[in-house]
Amino acid sequence: MNSFDSNPATNSLISSEADSQRTLYPYVTGTSVVGIKYKDGILLAADMGGSYGSTLRYKSVERLKPVGKHSLIGASGEISDFQEIMRYLDDLILSDNMWDDGNSLGPKEVHNYLTRVMYNRRNKFNPLWNSLVLGGVKNGQKYLGTVSMIGVHYEDNHVATGFGNHLARPLLRDEWRENLTFEEGVILLEKCMRVLLYRDRSAVNKLQVLFSLCGIHNS
Amino acid sequence: MFRNQYDTDVTTWSPAGRLFQVEYAMEAVKQGSAAIGLRSKSHVVLACVNKANSELSSHQKKIFKVDDHVGVAIAGLTADGRVLSRYMRNECINYFYTYESQLPVGRLVVQLADKAQVCTQRSWKRPYGVGLLVGGLDESGAHLYYNCPSGNYFEYQAFAIGSRSQAAKTYLERKFVSFMASSRENLIKDALFALRETLQGEKLTSSACTIAVVGVGEAFHILDQETVQALINEFEIAGEEAAAPDQAGVDEPSAADDQAAPVDQSAAPMDM
Repeated sequence: MNSFDSNPATNSLISSEADSQRTLYPYVTGTSVVGIKYKDGILLAADMGGSYGSTLRYKSVERLKPVGKHSLIGASGEISDFQEIMRYLDDLILSDNMWDDGNSLGPKEVHNYLTRVMYNRRNKFNPLWNSLVLGGVKNGQKYLGTVSMIGVHYEDNHVATGFGNHLARPLLRDEWRENLTFEEGVILLEKCMRVLLYRDRSAVNKLQVLFSLCGIHNS
Repeated sequence: MFRNQYDTDVTTWSPAGRLFQVEYAMEAVKQGSAAIGLRSKSHVVLACVNKANSELSSHQKKIFKVDDHVGVAIAGLTADGRVLSRYMRNECINYFYTYESQLPVGRLVVQLADKAQVCTQRSWKRPYGVGLLVGGLDESGAHLYYNCPSGNYFEYQAFAIGSRSQAAKTYLERKFVSFMASSRENLIKDALFALRETLQGEKLTSSACTIAVVGVGEAFHILDQETVQALINEFEIAGEEAAAPDQAGVDEPSAADDQAAPVDQSAAPMDM
């Protein structure tokens, strides 16, 4: 990486000329994502808003996407960074499929891969400004985890990003149980999203819900 | 094989379309001491003969643990084998670091084969002089692969490499139909019997052989000498004939594909 070190714009970690090369603050952002495990798999919910600062500018942003055969991803934070993450994941899944050998990356593997990506970017002071929720089912095993922009990652039966942690998770701690049916799960998520709409000023009233069921997913 | 004017460089083809240096490398494998592998649905057993040069020296290590779910037995230039084992260990560790799950054995052997192929197409390199029997477990079951110096790899139900391996192969060819459904104990017994075939009448003792096992719920590990000696005693006392293996898998359709003929076998994955 010789040219990297000899170029004055990039040879100091936080020099001002290098600022144009790294993320300082987000511009178009998505708000909370909420995810829960239910009897047959995973449910993710997020609204479809893309805020430009305090303006609720874009109202049809898909912040939940399927990844490969087994996983779902939801992102809050900078939308363009999410699009970049989706490019990385598409390449990852493509390479995985090209092996054509009956093995495939499950949600645990994707979650760990994303953790490595986010943490490494954070170490270079150039983070992907997102909080991600990653869930899925593989071989009957349900998996639900989250990664933040600084690489903090954990798994749980219910996870959320941003305001969801403060408003939705207390609801989930009280009302989540093992083996919720699909209908019960959706009702619970709807309750969380309603509270978020009341109290989060960046929330919009159009939702996206994805479910993952034994490797098949749908919107 | 006799010397000829096309065998100096690995990058020189002969008029008959052969790369002699690669073939000479495969000869080196045939000169090494025997290594045997067999697998069932849930377990893989690797076994090898470990004769020390003299009573004063220790014997050469021929079986390497690559990860909890993969191990390798080598025949040929042990130094090359050690280097390749280190490469495999690295690949497994790196995969685990990124994905927190185990590198599928099928992908590991492809990477290994591609690495070997590079050495058959560079004028400043030489092929690795070692054959590797890679045994491991992944989501799709238990697998046994053989990696050649030529860069080819094949999957096997059972295989033997190294000197006097034909005797072991003959034994395995008789028995392999039952392996898929075999129990762990019977699989190890069959490995010991096959190993004994390569000794041409010499007594099989635990000091001259190494056995390693990997299976569902059982990490790859080398059996210690006492366990091996106990197993040897167990079947030698029972007589010369091998104990009848489990007959449950007699009409396994997949077994027909697994004739131990390395040269012509296409790399089509086996029906499991």
